[in-house]
Amino acid sequence: MRDAVDFFLLPEVTLVEFLTHTIWQPQTGEFGVRPLLTATLVISAIAMLVGVPLGLFTAIYLSEYASPRFRATLKPVLEILAGIPTVVLGYFALTFVTPLLRSIFGDDVVKIYNMASAGIVVGILIVPLIAGLSEDALHAVPDSLRQAAYGLGATRMETSLRVVLPAALSGISAALVVAASRAVGETMIVALAAGAGPNLTLNPFQSAETMTGYMVRISGGDLSYGSIDYRSIFAVGLVVFALTLILNVISGRIVRRFREVYE
Amino acid sequence: MIGRETIADRVRADLFPEGEEANRAVHKRRRLGRVWRAIFIGSTAIAILILSILLVKILNDTMGLVAEQSEMPERGLLLAYDPGGATESLDDLAYDDLVTLYAANVSAGRCRAVEREQRFHADRFVCDDPDKLAAACASAAPPGACTLAPRDESNLRQLIRADVVRPRILATWNAIESILNREEILAEAAARFPDADVYFKSWLRWEFITSPQSSYPEIAGIRTAILGTLWVVAIAVAFGFPLGVAAAIWLEEYADKRNRLTGIIQTNINNLAGVPSIIYGLLGLAVFVRALEPLTSGALFGAVEAGTTANGRTILSAGLTLGLLGLPVIIISAQEAIRAVPPSLRQASYGLGATRWQTVRHHVLPNAIGGILTGVILSMSRIIGETAPLVVVGASTYITADPTGPFSKFTTLPSQIYQWTARPQDTFRDLAAATIVALLLLLLLLNAGAIYLRNRHARRLG
Repeated sequence: MRDAVDFFLLPEVTLVEFLTHTIWQPQTGEFGVRPLLTATLVISAIAMLVGVPLGLFTAIYLSEYASPRFRATLKPVLEILAGIPTVVLGYFALTFVTPLLRSIFGDDVVKIYNMASAGIVVGILIVPLIAGLSEDALHAVPDSLRQAAYGLGATRMETSLRVVLPAALSGISAALVVAASRAVGETMIVALAAGAGPNLTLNPFQSAETMTGYMVRISGGDLSYGSIDYRSIFAVGLVVFALTLILNVISGRIVRRFREVYE
Repeated sequence: MIGRETIADRVRADLFPEGEEANRAVHKRRRLGRVWRAIFIGSTAIAILILSILLVKILNDTMGLVAEQSEMPERGLLLAYDPGGATESLDDLAYDDLVTLYAANVSAGRCRAVEREQRFHADRFVCDDPDKLAAACASAAPPGACTLAPRDESNLRQLIRADVVRPRILATWNAIESILNREEILAEAAARFPDADVYFKSWLRWEFITSPQSSYPEIAGIRTAILGTLWVVAIAVAFGFPLGVAAAIWLEEYADKRNRLTGIIQTNINNLAGVPSIIYGLLGLAVFVRALEPLTSGALFGAVEAGTTANGRTILSAGLTLGLLGLPVIIISAQEAIRAVPPSLRQASYGLGATRWQTVRHHVLPNAIGGILTGVILSMSRIIGETAPLVVVGASTYITADPTGPFSKFTTLPSQIYQWTARPQDTFRDLAAATIVALLLLLLLLNAGAIYLRNRHARRLG
């Protein structure tokens, strides 16, 4: 991480500029990380929008509704989905989701490289993560709680959503935070589908480079040690690292503090 | 004053509501229940659907009709070389014949450039001038011919296909449309490319797996990438496995759990498992590629291959980086496996006077090995698919020579997929799809092998 420190020690870079300036062009002396950061956040938000309902509902279905046999066959399917290398999902985003979006919304609206496509596929990536962890949390809720709810005449949906879900909330929120951290750090999908070139925009159909995408693009080319580009990827890396570390620590805290302990 | 019966009635009415209103409420609740049930089933179905679409889409791209046109068809080339027509394909020709055929069909300049890259014969020259080559070898940037061994048959066949036969794929269609609209596609292809040969091609063929990389999609293969992946994973496991297991043994068996330091180390390991892989790539770039360059480039051992200046961007750097990446997963699962060994075993061992190491070596490890190997498998399958750290550490994108050792430059299957996907041409996308299938198969194969290994161990020791 010394290189990141070197970056901030450069005379033309100040921490304030790094955090507030709206243009990222290290070669011409414009060091504002906001375009990259915004793209990362937009894509992560789309991913959570897609991944959270899908993953959570799948977990509820698996844990509360599915028969044990169906559950035993479906869990490996989710694990396969979780084991697919992200570069394969990047290929999927670029060659399937992007053309699909373009045919729905029109070629003028949706750019070839766009944040929506990358976000949707990152969402698909985190579905198995959310489903797996949440299912574990739901499954750990003791059966006596469910039986008590049924005994009071609750329907299955009322039991699932009003009794089991709140009881497993700490595990589920931890899963969601872990998923968010995964989405922020995801690299290959955004490098392939979201486009190259920093762009400060909130429009998901525009192309914009994320922090991880920037690191891949710069280090994929010829990189001379000690150059501004070389140092800048470490500075950006530090931001990604800090962001994911904070999310992971929060997730750990949630589990420890809010865990409901049943005998 | 409320009478007894009235209270009882009220309680009964509360507990067992009757009448129109109560019925409506129950119906409403049931209906809501059904709606939510449909939502839950629907999202599960969507998750399965997406996985199926993904697989179908990739397989769909790996094969299909192509319109191919060769500038010099192989058949005509062979007839011109050997008018008797005895040779059926390039595979029948001996090495010397191949060299003659090649030299006769390319320009003198191209032939000289190719020979300067790598010689045809060790003892004589075909197109190049010995004195000029000697002069080039003495210069600051000597060409490959000065150090590399002469070419071989497969290399020459590749050259002939690339430079002389020159098959060019003009258009591709995917598998489903090729089967459903075969007639229309054939008609369209006949109109657009009258001289082209239209046939059903599967990109994933044996030659695709055994050919080296090439900038022509028609003849490009992934042998270089497969070997690169195997090398990198082997080094990563060789580095991560002993280190990870040793760390787990120390944390579980030796370290004082009440110690603050142990707690901090444990928390750090858990957090490291959640660090994005690209951060490990940056770490590898700063530490292995740059700071430890003399070690990872092989200069320390005098093992630098002449003519290839990898600058620390070697298989070794990549393997060590991925080893670090897999370490937390190995440590955490090994810890769990060790923790699952019942304490009574340890106590019995201590009771017989065994030392701590003897107990670990003869009782804890054999009982935990199944769980430990599972962790290694898990981290291995994560490592194989990793792309981002390799791109950062410097997987070269265009390498035609197979890696020869830990100090070679390299490319891997995932970085190959990334490169080919990033290109706009359809043919390269099809190559990427075929490479994806190969990667998924390799992943499956390695996992199956490792699971077999684990089961055998578990049975013998259990």
